[in-house]
Amino acid sequence: MSRPEDTLAADIHYNDSEARKYTTSSRIQNIQASMTRRALEILDLKSPSLILDVGCGSGLSGEILTAERPEDGGPHTWIGMDVSPSMLDVALQRDVQGDLLLADMGQGVPFRPGAFDAAISISAVQWLCNAEASDTSPAGRLARFFDGLYASLRRGARAVCQFYPKNDQQKTMITRAAVRAGFGAGLLEDDPNTKNVKLYLVLTVGGSAGDGRGGDITGVVDGMDNVDVLDSRPKAADDKSGKGAIKKGSKAWIVHKKEQMERKGKVVKTTSKYTGRKRRVAF
Amino acid sequence: MKVISLNFLTCAVKSCKSSGAAFPLHPKDAELVQDDIELNAQMLLNILPRLDWAALRTNATELGFPELPAELPTREALEADEKKLKDLHHLLVETQIMEGKLVCRNCGHEYAIREGIANFLLPSHLV
Ligand SMILES: C[S@@+](CC[C@H](N)C(=O)[O-])C[C@H]1O[C@@H](n2cnc3c(N)ncnc32)[C@H](O)[C@@H]1O
Ligand SMILES: [Zn+2]
Repeated sequence: MSRPEDTLAADIHYNDSEARKYTTSSRIQNIQASMTRRALEILDLKSPSLILDVGCGSGLSGEILTAERPEDGGPHTWIGMDVSPSMLDVALQRDVQGDLLLADMGQGVPFRPGAFDAAISISAVQWLCNAEASDTSPAGRLARFFDGLYASLRRGARAVCQFYPKNDQQKTMITRAAVRAGFGAGLLEDDPNTKNVKLYLVLTVGGSAGDGRGGDITGVVDGMDNVDVLDSRPKAADDKSGKGAIKKGSKAWIVHKKEQMERKGKVVKTTSKYTGRKRRVAF
Repeated sequence: MKVISLNFLTCAVKSCKSSGAAFPLHPKDAELVQDDIELNAQMLLNILPRLDWAALRTNATELGFPELPAELPTREALEADEKKLKDLHHLLVETQIMEGKLVCRNCGHEYAIREGIANFLLPSHLV
């Protein structure tokens, strides 16, 4: 299957007719929405936050941020940046609540340090692997993006980038650029080895987190990482049997979360032993 | 372009990276609209310590708002006074620049705003 990333610049590929699909195709809308919900779940925000949406397009991802219910920590306020005028035009027509910026993430992230509580990027960062012009390189654009993203997030923040790498080389290139920028990084794979496989780059900014734990990638990925070694399913199921309100952070809650994660797929922490064995992503 | 964004955006030009004068950007020939958006008190209280109050005062005056108080209001003050919170919400979230420009005082670069969307694309020699 040919990839538009290989042949066209993003702002050319996402023209009016391509952008229209994002209002007319319920298939696309559902996929983008479910990936955004997944990203939000990983961000695990406890209260209404200010979020950067990189490659926000027509605002399908952003609308999920706006619609997040109070009991789930929402609703969130977002600022979106996108390089395609046609996609932003559709966002205007759909009257999204987020603020919109025409900007190329490969040129950086033009916000002052510590501006955002979190960032998401749904189906966009693989575009950075293709140079847009002869005077730029993918490595340079990736560095500018991740350096800028890192700086724009407050200490203890998280970012989640769902992306479609063309191959392992692109996966490595992207993840390495994030780590070089200073992020703690993990890769989470949902529905591995299927044609619906979805890859999420989970990023954390170190430092004292507002809630005291968001900043450490091991803290974020720990619970998930255990999913890989969680071979004691029956035991975990027992723990859950005592119903009632499961308090966030309690053991029962963590077990429950692990099970959720397990049903959905698995996590590979970049520094875990699994990485080396299965994927060889070296930073 | 909402005022809340203006309070976090900086000039994107490379040579402006470490310059204090590159923030805030200054609206020019701005046409404003006021949207009707539900108050999100928790979000406002959350970002309150991160607002650059001096920049917000400057921008508010430039946009024709009455002068803001000299000091950043405290969380407690806002929680106790719904009117204050709504005013802040109105300025930050409901007020949008639909047409106009944002100007950098350091390098002079002008970012055009059309239909509410600021154009931050730079020619490659400025990146
Ligand atoms: C598949 S769409 C997804 C849009 C939106 N996130 C969603 O979930 O519906 C990918 C978007 O990334 C944007 N994009 C690609 N390269 C970009 C760049 N260098 N800077 C900013 N946005 C970019 C495209 O214009 C497009 O709108
Ligand atoms: Zn400047």
